[in-house]
Amino acid sequence: MAPDRIVGIDLGTTNSLVAFMQGDTPVVIPGDDGLNLLPSVVALDPNHQPVIGNAARNSLIETPERAVYSIKRLMGRGVEDIRQELKLFPFRLADDMQPGEVLRIKLGDKTFTPPEISALILRQLKRSAERFFGGPVTKAVITVPAYFNDAQRQATKDAGRIAGLEVLRLVNEPTAASLAYGLDKKQNGIVAVYDFGGGTFDISILKLHDQIFEVIATNGDTHLGGDDIDNLLIAIALDDIRGDLGLDLRNNDLRRNAETVQAIRKAVIEAKIALSSDPSVKLDIELSGGQRYQREITREQYEQLIQPVIERTVGACKQAMKDAGLKPEQIDEVVLVGGSTRIPKVRALVKELFHREPHIDLNPDEVVALGAAVQANILGGGSEATENMLLLDVTPLSLGIEVAGGVTDKIILRNSTIPASATQFYTTQIDGQANVAIHVLQGERELAKDCRSLARFDLKGIPGMAAGIPRVEVKFLIDANGILHVSAREQRSGKEAEIQVQPSYGLSDEQVEGMILDSFDNAEEDFRRRQLIEARSETATILAALEKGKKDPAWGQLTTDEKKKIAKMEKSLVALHAEQDYKAIRKAIDVLNQGTMRLAELMMDTAVATALKGKNLDETDLGEAPTAPHPMAKAEFE
Amino acid sequence: MTKVALTAISAPPLSQETHSCWSCGSMRAAHFCESCGKVQPPVPVDYFSFFGLAPRLDLDLKALEKSFYELSRKLHPDLNARAGSQEQEWSMEQSSLLNDAYRTLKDPIRRTQYLLHLEGVELEEQSQSATKQARATGETKKQIVPPDLLEEVFELNMQLEELRMNKKTGEDDPALIEEVGKQKLSLESKHEALLRELQTYWKTWDSLIDRGPAPLAERAQVRDKMVDVLNRRNYIHNLVRDVNAAMEN
Repeated sequence: MAPDRIVGIDLGTTNSLVAFMQGDTPVVIPGDDGLNLLPSVVALDPNHQPVIGNAARNSLIETPERAVYSIKRLMGRGVEDIRQELKLFPFRLADDMQPGEVLRIKLGDKTFTPPEISALILRQLKRSAERFFGGPVTKAVITVPAYFNDAQRQATKDAGRIAGLEVLRLVNEPTAASLAYGLDKKQNGIVAVYDFGGGTFDISILKLHDQIFEVIATNGDTHLGGDDIDNLLIAIALDDIRGDLGLDLRNNDLRRNAETVQAIRKAVIEAKIALSSDPSVKLDIELSGGQRYQREITREQYEQLIQPVIERTVGACKQAMKDAGLKPEQIDEVVLVGGSTRIPKVRALVKELFHREPHIDLNPDEVVALGAAVQANILGGGSEATENMLLLDVTPLSLGIEVAGGVTDKIILRNSTIPASATQFYTTQIDGQANVAIHVLQGERELAKDCRSLARFDLKGIPGMAAGIPRVEVKFLIDANGILHVSAREQRSGKEAEIQVQPSYGLSDEQVEGMILDSFDNAEEDFRRRQLIEARSETATILAALEKGKKDPAWGQLTTDEKKKIAKMEKSLVALHAEQDYKAIRKAIDVLNQGTMRLAELMMDTAVATALKGKNLDETDLGEAPTAPHPMAKAEFE
Repeated sequence: MTKVALTAISAPPLSQETHSCWSCGSMRAAHFCESCGKVQPPVPVDYFSFFGLAPRLDLDLKALEKSFYELSRKLHPDLNARAGSQEQEWSMEQSSLLNDAYRTLKDPIRRTQYLLHLEGVELEEQSQSATKQARATGETKKQIVPPDLLEEVFELNMQLEELRMNKKTGEDDPALIEEVGKQKLSLESKHEALLRELQTYWKTWDSLIDRGPAPLAERAQVRDKMVDVLNRRNYIHNLVRDVNAAMEN
């Protein structure tokens, strides 16, 4: 049995990545299109089969009613939470959504919860990793925004489970980034990680001490990112189009308009990226009906426009510094993470805020996934590079319970190192009372109604006693994933009080079970089946190439013995082709590959020789020389 | 729902030598086994004992941090991720106990409050919930003004009221703002002076602890002084917060 392959996954708003620690270096595993970034877009093809990534991106424009992006913004949230979001994003909710229920998004005529959509992205990454390793992958570390609350974390964990992954740890994105940075810089000091991504913003301040990464304070906004900049630009375009062309894309033919809005979105994102390097860009979008929308945007106009968005990161940074008890001068290094930190104006803002030039040594799109791979390696027992590394993270939000008067009583304060716990004691108000209701909250506000409702617990089965006599000890524990656990015990009777959890916007265990895409039991079987299909298709390729080789003049140059050997190898591969053992097939392919090496070389020589005789090289078919199987995807040529 | 006040935790301090490791049987196991490295089941102890410390207040913070890091390297769930599920649970509990203890002990005020709590004094509990309830209902919390601050507080409250009125009407009174700013500085320096005062009581307390079982009357005397300082400090803390709020709005 090979050692546990634990992968690190950055499940991003815009793009997702999977990485792995290869020796002492974390590397990103490319997808089957050969690219490191998997766009976090999910669509259904005409056969109702899910398509993920770049393939789904086209669907955003062609069949927007069957595609969804930025699903991370909806993780762990309820209908009430996303009213604002719905104005700007083309999320289509199921028609029969009830308040308090887990969201369901319509794709075509099917509905999916956000964890299920995220699970499809995770499964795609899982498959990339499996192709890379040539074996099943069932364990992962997944990153989440540091400022994610309990429900958002739980939803991410559920997504992992649905994708057939055991989520060993949820790691905060900025902290993961610091691990990637800290790998080769073994120095001590205070580091601020400014993580401005597609949909979320985090700031974390860490103390590095002999390879212990201790988070001192974190802050952020789970709804602030590049998406917000895109939406500003889209709004301008829509206003222009309505004003100048008299087209109101928000009404009328929804289907056609959704396509146009997506076309606009694509164009403004390209413009946004270009404006990080060019002084101005020209938007040129073909609208339905043949009209064109054109507009020039200068860097100056753009920077003015986005100023309010990027200004929103300032408050969080200042609060984090205040919580850490640090002044900008006391921070030794600032690290930039997330695609939105490519914007020069953002870099200028960070420089001003922390009084120093930020670090951008690592690719801001990849650094979080690389850090997740480092953490995965630590959990797996560590290697020489990571054996002394330890991450001490914090809970971003205070945990409280509702007390008389609708007031939040905070019992674990924000920025407490996790795992963290708190114990509260409860008693009854009426004689013989058997149940006590407890409302758990997360947030910084004084009143319960302004905090996030995490769950309502009913303490049941308290032994019958006079009012005020029972003494129920309730223990709240935030684990290393930032997820809350509650246990309760009545102290006088020693009886465990029963707890019923009703997570406010979460899936129940049973629901998650029912959604699992590749259940753990089937993981091996599924993998084997996929491997078999791939091995068979490779067999077909190599046999076809061999047929071609036999017709080549080079075939004649082989000795009878060589030909015999090849024939034998071919025969055994053909025989195995019908069998179920993909490993044996692969081995036979390898053997045949080796055996035909000389043939391939000879074919190459003849081809070159022919070319030298004055023939055009283009006319010479080099043939498909058999190659060794490799985990990389086919290269693409335009 | 009523909250029951906590009573003092009175578990005996954890002896580092008397536990045997569940896994290898070595007798040197405390939070983790020094012989085989395995995490041990958590034993309910107070935060001082968790670090093997006497309940002294004038702590060497560098040494505390060092122990915190050393224990983290043994107890943290990340480093026990491949252990059995029971060990993982112990690791999570031990680690949370370590974090809770460190968080409490490294902060001078929380540390003092915790010690007083161990001594059976509850100060934060009533005061905090009273503040919250008052804020929720919009009433003014009835706080006992420390006598030496009476006059100053009266004056300051008048000025704050005026400041709030000015904000509402849009009036600008730089002289008033300057005056309130000065008051704030004076309060802040009092706030700091109180910490220094508290530290002198720490020394008294620690010398009592070092002498062995101290007479209850002597302990009570230092304890009461610390309670008094914390209450005054808390009062000033809230006052500064009010001033900041009035000046920002």
